[in-house]
Amino acid sequence: MVKTDFGPPKYLDMMSDLCKRNYGKWKYHEVLDTGTLVHVAENGEKLYTVRSATPRLIHIDTLRVFCDLADKYCNGFFRFTSRHSIEFLLEDESNIEPLKADLHAMGYSPGGVGNTISNMLHTQGWIHCHTPAIDASGIVKAVMDEVFDYYTEAKLPARLRLSLACCLNMCGAVHCSDVAIVGIHRVPPKVLDEKVAKMCEIPNVVAACPTRAIRPEPAKKSVVINDEKCMYCGNCYTMCPAIPIFDPKNDGAAIFVGGKVSDARHPAMFSKLAVPYIPNEPPKWPTVVKTVRMLIDVYAKDAKQGERYGEWINRIGWERFFKVTGLPFTDKHIDDYIFSVPTFRSTATFKW
Amino acid sequence: MPELRKTPMLDQLLDGPFPSFVKEIKKGAEKNEACNDLLGQLELSYEEKITHWKHGGIVGVTGYGGGVIGRYSDVPEQFPGLTEFHTMRVNQPAGWFYKTDRLRKLLDIWEKRGSGLTNFHGATGDIILLGTHTDELQNVADDLAHEGWDLGGSGSDLRTPSACVGPGRCEWACIDTLDIVDTLTRRYQNELHRPMWPYKFKIKISGCANDGVAAKARADCSIIGTWKDNIQVNRTEVVNYVNGGFDIIGQVVDKCPTKCISYNPVTKSLSIDDNNCVRCHNCINKMPKALRQGKINGATILIGGHAPILQSAFMSWVVVPFMEMKPPYTEISDLLEKIWEWWDENGKMRERTGELIYRLGMRSFLKATGLPAVPQMVLHPRTNPFFFWDKEEVNQ
Ligand code: HEM
Ligand code: HEM
Ligand code: HEM
Ligand code: HEM
Ligand code: SF4
Ligand code: SF4
Ligand code: SF4
Ligand code: SF4
Repeated sequence: MVKTDFGPPKYLDMMSDLCKRNYGKWKYHEVLDTGTLVHVAENGEKLYTVRSATPRLIHIDTLRVFCDLADKYCNGFFRFTSRHSIEFLLEDESNIEPLKADLHAMGYSPGGVGNTISNMLHTQGWIHCHTPAIDASGIVKAVMDEVFDYYTEAKLPARLRLSLACCLNMCGAVHCSDVAIVGIHRVPPKVLDEKVAKMCEIPNVVAACPTRAIRPEPAKKSVVINDEKCMYCGNCYTMCPAIPIFDPKNDGAAIFVGGKVSDARHPAMFSKLAVPYIPNEPPKWPTVVKTVRMLIDVYAKDAKQGERYGEWINRIGWERFFKVTGLPFTDKHIDDYIFSVPTFRSTATFKW
Repeated sequence: MPELRKTPMLDQLLDGPFPSFVKEIKKGAEKNEACNDLLGQLELSYEEKITHWKHGGIVGVTGYGGGVIGRYSDVPEQFPGLTEFHTMRVNQPAGWFYKTDRLRKLLDIWEKRGSGLTNFHGATGDIILLGTHTDELQNVADDLAHEGWDLGGSGSDLRTPSACVGPGRCEWACIDTLDIVDTLTRRYQNELHRPMWPYKFKIKISGCANDGVAAKARADCSIIGTWKDNIQVNRTEVVNYVNGGFDIIGQVVDKCPTKCISYNPVTKSLSIDDNNCVRCHNCINKMPKALRQGKINGATILIGGHAPILQSAFMSWVVVPFMEMKPPYTEISDLLEKIWEWWDENGKMRERTGELIYRLGMRSFLKATGLPAVPQMVLHPRTNPFFFWDKEEVNQ
């Protein structure tokens, strides 16, 4: 009989004695540099953290090297962050520099602490998912290479969170990121009638469509899609593999800006549309990369110290945002989905 | 072993300062056919700008309804190593803490029985073991169980709950995020492992308003630590910050969203009108040595966050302004169980909790859970007179 339902390993078994001793008794922390933190406990004990971004997709041999480093410098303890960075937890300050040198040697650079860009959240893309409109890992690699200076140097007005979701399902919190890349399809899916008849449950397919664009076609035991109503979400494809939504000529990325999840100062905000569409340009997506770089540079230059991306835009106004970035404002930027009207301006007070 | 796949496009992502995922896959390609074929198929995706994964064929392991995600290549003739390339979600230890000897055991199992590729971690919070054959799934699960690793959630079930590092290494944790997530995960193993709901349900726990696990944006139930009494001010440290050149007016006083902080430059003293503080955490973030949270700690419970296409994205909203979070966490469990019962009974297929509340109204939700309506739930009262009355509420 197989053992089931015993739950994850107990976290206390995965923590060093120092962490356990000071559990819930941390007094304050300091950022030593963009890759290093120190946490000081009430009893004066110190825990040093060296953080490095990872590509999230990691081979076990790399994880074994991480284990070796943790054995060498951290009594065998480390952790990961919710943004897929690795954090080595050191008790001995003199181990920090040797650890960093070893990390550099294996192609990993400490960074992402303080007013920097931390690791870029992303989803599976062409590595592992069936609905993506764009790849994930490749774009992340190309973008992070380009903005690497903002990862290692604290030269932003505040933290900046980048993320990417490869389709509108938006696995991960891209809809609340400072700068977010989202994969979009632009044409309605194709209905393969014969396969639909064999493979799919018609009522479920009809019900899956958020815009009610699908109706049954009983004669063919299939469905028809009203192209006028379809907004290319791909829900029907998830329900029915015989309605593929891919179109390499039209799939691509949209860019959203100004979201955050922290409630510090201004409450959490959704990200808002900046660029409606950029075509897929593998392997290095130069237009996406250039646009993200521009969006970050403009913010870094114009925002006041301590202002997150969305707080900066709130201060200057969206009409100014489009002016200073030079991005075109189009009909796509005006909401016409479910909750659109509250986003319209009902006042004649605005900037030029 | 066939020769290594040629990947001229992917090879352009090998260099550059950021660690390369292509390098990671190549580490596996030398000794594992699936990794080698993954390189080949990904190169094809890069050439054709399209995914080559297919939706088809349910897989699983004995005793579990979730935790395994089936994946098949749509070009298996070209890439036989990917004919079956299933993912397993393994429940992470709370706070993503690891001890190397325990982790090495997991890595050895995955070397023997899978592709050797992983995600640390999936966006769900689980350890993701990326790619193995159908006939290895049960073996992986058994070997993992032997070493004390259990599967996570997938499908229409409770998804693997996750939490920020909390008291494990952060002075700002108002609640014991790790103990709460661990307790709830163990308590709801059945809900986690056997999908039986209209759709998925996620719980995420952050120790303070900085919301390090993005709970408000990503979880149906977001638990966020907060306090009820006054921010503790250490006057000496305030003076130290100011003497050190810190811009207390620009970074703290002016940035307070409710303008409830005043600073006297003559006495170098700072005072907070706590009745007007909304506990946004900015002042504490900026002066961690001088300001600390209050001592009466608990959590705000928010419901409904998710990003589905059906009704646009929602962020969770307040349903309990303050809940004491003391072991064994009975109060939150009672609330969760009432919510699940109501949602299970009324939710349509693929309707998340937030969408159901939107469809039936907060009125219906409050009735089902027995929670009182309080002003903390809304930004402002409604602006229209279009509200309903129940029969019991009007004079017959
Ligand atoms: C000592 C460790 C840490 C400190 C002092 C810290 C501090 C902060 C602060 C001050 C904020 C608010 C930023 C703002 O002003 O808006 C924040 C936000 C955040 N932190 Fe941390 N943090 C720490 C560790 C982490 C870790 C380990 C993670 C996970 C990888 C993390 C993830 C986040 C996230 C996701 C946010 C919200 C970002 C957003 O608003 O979009 N933090 N953190
Ligand atoms: C025609 C039959 C199928 C239908 C109607 C169907 C329907 C669905 C639906 C409604 C979801 C969303 C559920 C969610 O996000 O939790 C979903 C998710 C998913 N489906 Fe299917 N599916 C089918 C076949 C398959 C097959 C055969 C596979 C495996 C190869 C598969 C793999 C997945 C995966 C991996 C997810 C995401 C699950 C998760 O993240 O928990 N589906 N499917
Ligand atoms: C129609 C709706 C959805 C479908 C069909 C869907 C489908 C899927 C599939 C197939 C995967 C597995 C990817 C893989 O590993 O191969 C997945 C992963 C995931 N989904 Fe969804 N999803 C849907 C909605 C959502 C929503 C609304 C959220 C969050 C608010 C979400 C969060 C996640 C997360 C966090 C993962 C793990 C991703 C990762 O680790 O990279 N999904 N989903
Ligand atoms: C069931 C709901 C409502 C009914 C039955 C209703 C009915 C009426 C009627 C009969 C008039 C014409 C009065 C006249 O002849 O001078 C009127 C005018 C008006 N109503 Fe309503 N109304 C309703 C809701 C509202 C709401 C919710 C608002 C605003 C938020 C509103 C704003 C107005 C305004 C601004 C006028 C024009 C007043 C004027 O300038 O003469 N009404 N309404
Ligand atoms: S965002 Fe879309 S394409 Fe990407 S992993 Fe999630 S469901 Fe798949
Ligand atoms: S892609 Fe989305 S909107 Fe279009 S028909 Fe399918 S379900 Fe409906
Ligand atoms: S959310 Fe708050 S308590 Fe949790 S790690 Fe972040 S700052 Fe600390
Ligand atoms: S926590 Fe926020 S609202 Fe409260 S005093 Fe500090 S800055 Fe002001």
